[in-house]
Amino acid sequence: MTQKYLLSIYQPDGGTPPPDVLEPIMRDLGQLNEEMRAKGAWVFAAGLHPPSTATVLRAKDDGVLMTDGPFAEGKEHIGGFTVVQAADLDEALEWGRRLAAVLSPLSIEVRPIAY
Amino acid sequence: MVEEVFRAEYGRAVSVLTRLLGDLDLAEEAVQDAFATAVRRWPVDGVPPAPAGWIITTARNRAIDRLRREAKGREKHAQAALAHHDQDEEVPDVPDDRLRLIFTCCHPSLAPQAQVALTLKLLGGLTTAEIARAFLVPEPTMAQRIVRAKGKIRAARVPYRVPRDADLPQRLEAVLAVVYLIFNEGYLGRAELEAEAIRLGRVLALLMPDEPEVWGLLALMLLVASRRGARLRDGEIVLLADQDRALWDADLISEGHAVVRRCLRRNQPGPYQIQAAINAVHTDPPTDWHQVVALYDQLMAIAPSPVVALHRAVAVAEVEGPRTALREVDTLDLDRYHLFHAVRADLLKRLGEDPRAALEAALERAEHPAERDLLRARLRLAAAGQQDGADDHR
Repeated sequence: MTQKYLLSIYQPDGGTPPPDVLEPIMRDLGQLNEEMRAKGAWVFAAGLHPPSTATVLRAKDDGVLMTDGPFAEGKEHIGGFTVVQAADLDEALEWGRRLAAVLSPLSIEVRPIAY
Repeated sequence: MVEEVFRAEYGRAVSVLTRLLGDLDLAEEAVQDAFATAVRRWPVDGVPPAPAGWIITTARNRAIDRLRREAKGREKHAQAALAHHDQDEEVPDVPDDRLRLIFTCCHPSLAPQAQVALTLKLLGGLTTAEIARAFLVPEPTMAQRIVRAKGKIRAARVPYRVPRDADLPQRLEAVLAVVYLIFNEGYLGRAELEAEAIRLGRVLALLMPDEPEVWGLLALMLLVASRRGARLRDGEIVLLADQDRALWDADLISEGHAVVRRCLRRNQPGPYQIQAAINAVHTDPPTDWHQVVALYDQLMAIAPSPVVALHRAVAVAEVEGPRTALREVDTLDLDRYHLFHAVRADLLKRLGEDPRAALEAALERAEHPAERDLLRARLRLAAAGQQDGADDHR
């Protein structure tokens, strides 16, 4: 019986790092994803375009209101996420720890998926 | 009698039931049911020969009854866990059940306050109301904190097991920090928290006899607690040098000294063991200040912090004089800490300088009423241009 966890990557707003910084990070990230697949932990992973590309929708009165995103104001937004399946929180936190090390200094939030 | 068994066995019973049922709330309910039954039955039927076993077996049977009654598919895993247990069968007691529960309660994914509250509730058997009173928060706030932490344990699947060896040092550190926090909360306040922390320390020492820091923490708590009777006089703090030694608890001191000697023989020093050794020197008067300085040097080498440096300076004052000590104190970045100013005040006074500004600063930052009273008394003495006593608050 396994539990799925959402590993959200929180990223400060502002441009992506230059290629020579980004490249080794993406290589390490690819390796980590491979390892997750090999161990049967990997469920899904995605990197997102910047928050300025987001659009927010909300039902209001008889229609749906549309606004330019992102939803939450702030200096940090979700830049990507990984879904893993694990036996318990310790196992999920271990993957989260590895992700945080690869993406240092970004914060990773680990949250159990309810259904 | 039920009360005695409750204090001693509540944590063990909850931990065994948690293993059987796979759920903390169900385990707690079942154990509370069993104690409620004991309160009714023991006075009539007599105390059973193995009270702890009786509680655990009764709790297990209660849980089975309850789950059969509520056979609505709720807590399916708990029913599954119970399926191969027959009523009245002996419940096997796995020795480290309590250890698993301690590590679950002190999981680093939980907020420190929640770790403390869960440990007191599930292992110590304190009620939510008692814990709320001890930490001076409203009961609903404490109840919410506990419910939230238990909800996280369930939903996020905080594991119910002793961590693997690679994680053990760090995880054990968190457990010891929780126990020491409980102890310190009782230091100038509620005696039952101090006693509860020592009880938890003894359980840890029993369950993890090969961990030197577990013994170090136990010895530290025993030696600090030994001076409880002499620490306050009419609600006012009495400094170590002025304490009536006849009020020290000789049994706790000799037990603490024995544990410190045991640690010394093992020679794997850690922060708690060194602090215990310092307290062993203090409880073996007259205090050998050279030894105290040497121990603080050792503590600074493995766990340096400005607070440790401050305490070291207090000992330096006794060996090299207040001038050297003040020079060291003045390099520390501890402006927000009341003891920093209290120590400075004492050193200034011993140098014949005016300590009042430092005492005022200490008073502004101190929170505990007894500490504030002591500082006010020292201020009055300073204003009268008189001499006062030593500086170590323990």
